[in-house]
Amino acid sequence: MTDLTSLTLAEARKGLADKTFTSLELTDAHLSAIEAARVLNAFVMETPDQARAMAREADAKIAKDDAGPLAGIPLGIKDLFATKGVRTTACSKILGNFVPTYESTVTSQLWRDGAVMLGKLNNDEFAMGSANETSCFGPVGNPWRREGSNTTLVPGGSSGGSASAVAALLCMGATATDTGGSIRQPAAFTATVGIKPTYGRCSRWGIVAFASSLDQAGPIARSVRDAAMLLRSMAGHDPKDTTSVDIAVPNYEAAIGKSVKGMKIGIPREYRLDGMPAEIDRLWSEGRAWLEAAGAETVEVSLPHTKYALPAYYIVAPAEASSNLARYDGVRYGLREQGKTITELYENTRAEGFGAEVRRRVMIGTYVLSAGYYDAYYLRAQKVRTLIKKDFEDCFAGGVDAILTPATPSAAFGIGEKGGADPVEMYLNDIFTVTVNMAGLPGIAVPAGKDAQGLPLGLQLIGRPFEEETLFSLGEVIEQAAGRFTPARWW
Amino acid sequence: MSTATHKLLKGATGDWEVVIGMEIHAQVTSNAKLFSGASTAFGGEPNSQVSLVDVAMPGMLPVINEECVRQAVRTGLGLNAKINLRSVFDRKNYFYPDLPQGYQISQYASPIVGEGEVTVELDGGKTATVGIERLHLEQDPGKMLHDQSPSMSYIDFNRCGVALMEIVSKPDIRDAEQAKAYVTKLRSIMRYLGTCDGDMEKGSLRADVNVSVRKPGAPLGTRCEIKNMNSITFIGQAIEYEARRQIEIIEDGGKIEQETRRFDPDKGETRSMRSKEEAHDYRYFPDPDLLPLEFSQAFVDELKAKLPELPDQKKARFVADFGLSAYDASVLVAERESALFYETVLDKLANRARDGKMAANWVINELFGRLNKEGRDITGSPVGAEQLAAIIDLIGEGTISGKIAKDLFEIVWQEGGDPRALVESRGMKQVTDLSAIEKVVDDIIAANPDKAAQVKDKPQSLGWFVGQVMKASGGKANPQSVNDLLKSKLGV
Repeated sequence: MTDLTSLTLAEARKGLADKTFTSLELTDAHLSAIEAARVLNAFVMETPDQARAMAREADAKIAKDDAGPLAGIPLGIKDLFATKGVRTTACSKILGNFVPTYESTVTSQLWRDGAVMLGKLNNDEFAMGSANETSCFGPVGNPWRREGSNTTLVPGGSSGGSASAVAALLCMGATATDTGGSIRQPAAFTATVGIKPTYGRCSRWGIVAFASSLDQAGPIARSVRDAAMLLRSMAGHDPKDTTSVDIAVPNYEAAIGKSVKGMKIGIPREYRLDGMPAEIDRLWSEGRAWLEAAGAETVEVSLPHTKYALPAYYIVAPAEASSNLARYDGVRYGLREQGKTITELYENTRAEGFGAEVRRRVMIGTYVLSAGYYDAYYLRAQKVRTLIKKDFEDCFAGGVDAILTPATPSAAFGIGEKGGADPVEMYLNDIFTVTVNMAGLPGIAVPAGKDAQGLPLGLQLIGRPFEEETLFSLGEVIEQAAGRFTPARWW
Repeated sequence: MSTATHKLLKGATGDWEVVIGMEIHAQVTSNAKLFSGASTAFGGEPNSQVSLVDVAMPGMLPVINEECVRQAVRTGLGLNAKINLRSVFDRKNYFYPDLPQGYQISQYASPIVGEGEVTVELDGGKTATVGIERLHLEQDPGKMLHDQSPSMSYIDFNRCGVALMEIVSKPDIRDAEQAKAYVTKLRSIMRYLGTCDGDMEKGSLRADVNVSVRKPGAPLGTRCEIKNMNSITFIGQAIEYEARRQIEIIEDGGKIEQETRRFDPDKGETRSMRSKEEAHDYRYFPDPDLLPLEFSQAFVDELKAKLPELPDQKKARFVADFGLSAYDASVLVAERESALFYETVLDKLANRARDGKMAANWVINELFGRLNKEGRDITGSPVGAEQLAAIIDLIGEGTISGKIAKDLFEIVWQEGGDPRALVESRGMKQVTDLSAIEKVVDDIIAANPDKAAQVKDKPQSLGWFVGQVMKASGGKANPQSVNDLLKSKLGV
């Protein structure tokens, strides 16, 4: 029998159904892999007992042919998702040992469909970061290294633990969240597939909020098909989240292998940045050629307000975050640092509980919402957001089915290499991904090749609202053409 | 606004006009909170009615309670106000332990209800109109408990997240009497609608009062806001005090600083809480967890069609149908329960058109008078509407006199029972039998020949004879019959 951890989710599903192996065997294989890969720091909490119990339950159901679509599949859960009875911290000291009495809607749907929880995955503190370096549990290692180098690289962020764990074969798939690129950028850095669905596709209930109007859950997986399978269970209307949309969830897997012939793919000229590495440009052209070879038509399109997206994002997201994070005040749960007055208690708790990046964004957000600055910053950023959205609408109205862009402006970089002196250097990682959140659209990152140092690079496809199926069809074309990439094990 | 009626205050430098605007916080009558399913019942064990949303657990999201929306729209309709088919919930950000989210969900730029107006009743049957600026929905915070421990404060989150309507008036109010009348009227309208129970002792209705003073005709002065008033009497006292305080400062050459003040009912004075400089910057912005609140005109029309009759309409109807004075009608409609009682009496009357007005007099003078004396309210009245209607029927049909009726009322008050049966069993029936009265009349005329002789010259002394006959008959003689009989016997 081959190593069970190297299977895709789709292959594992077949093996379980055929009784080639049990979920308990599959789960144990992954638990061992997790144990052996602790140096990556992908998991911040391992739940082996719970995993085995869930696996046994799944096996019993499979035996009775009463199995859900994800029965027995071991998954990792980003620590931003509330898990009942299992510590949930958003990788912030301020939540301390917070144990929710409730389960997020997205994870409860995964368990409903039979999935098994292996543990909680590392992420940037409150999902604020692009390298998974702001976590209170320390940075995550990328299973990929530059050829001939021992330098540990970042897996991207904020869903760095999710991407690293999936790439290192520690779990068959993982939940993730994306506010400005937090699913797609780490997927691109680790040669995994990550999709951020349309805003409103997945319930935000029970997910620790960063920026409510931008946050969306989605999966990181080993293949496009796996991502489709996971999203089908994660998505759906939830009356507890009034921003979730009541549209039936299609069988996304059915879109895999569907012909893309005649589809019109937009290539936005504003995404060709000055000083962009030649290999990124080359990858982009390659992707274009693959889609054309599959029968799609590519056209140059314009998204004129693209350059304002990142600055506007760094006003809207911190503004919402400054308010969303006000609840972490040391009064009811989580960390409390005493003070002589209530104000001192707030100041001590929040100074001690929040890391530097979170403090920075809370300060920026508070500033841009202040009397006298609101119009100049927040209101203006919202107007920019409307224009960005309109750019895409115009493009889709012109008959474009999807837009192809690079996923990131570079491959993964070393821990501590970026953003130390200038946080904007780090923020630029999201230059290709934030527009999608600002417009509420679905976006998928698919592995497409490697750079000169042997590091994975990804392409991004952006779709019309609620047309994730188009992205799965096109993503699979790229996947087929580019092949799949697995890191050499060094841990 | 009938500006001619309001009171000016005399200062050392002449007359001053007081300008008052109010923000009323009215707790919405609903079973569940504004954004969570937790109960709103009053008086539960601390923290027994709290949901995960109320205490802002990580990842919790608000979901609007449609019943609260309906109640706000109904209230808006009751205030003759514009209903906004699209409104927006905003976050009002500030830190306080009783505010778990770190922000209150409120409505800032786009409230659910826009401009309206209410007519308020003043002394002597006068009225004034007060403009409504807006009404919006927002969450109530929790409650701090400082008396549970010497070293710590506790928080009860039961109230946290309960829906409030903040009703903002225009600065149309000119003296304490109008201010009190305004709160009274708002309370009355909401109680009729069933949108707020108006119980000020339980904190269901609280007022922030903005007071400034100016010389008549001058531009508006700097205002001070007196926070969290929960008694109509205190509102009046606070305004009187605050206006005087401001006039004194200005007349002494000082300046009013814009600030928030608190009223101390024991000392009858207002005291500074915080200055404008200490005021929060609330950093309002649209709540991204909630979509704009939108509903159709048909939704509003349906609520409008089902509104109960409101105090102003009821008052007009009482005046038109039963000939009540405007004052009496407004006394009856001021409280929903009083109006209901009066209307039940009307329903039970044998002849409503004839006795409706008499019924109003009885409710206002005899019943309310007696209830006030004993400190009881209408819902605890020992004399029920049906009993009172029976008493009035007995008067109206001539079975008993008004005077006997008062005795009968007293018996019913003390002992209960069916008034008609009591009249029978206790022999209280009015004597209309002429032969029975005639004997008494003859006796009295015979005993008072001097007075009888005088009557022709002094017809007004007939009243003395009437009184004597009534006394002799124990009040049971029919006064009209006695009168007629005396006139014929005495040749008047």
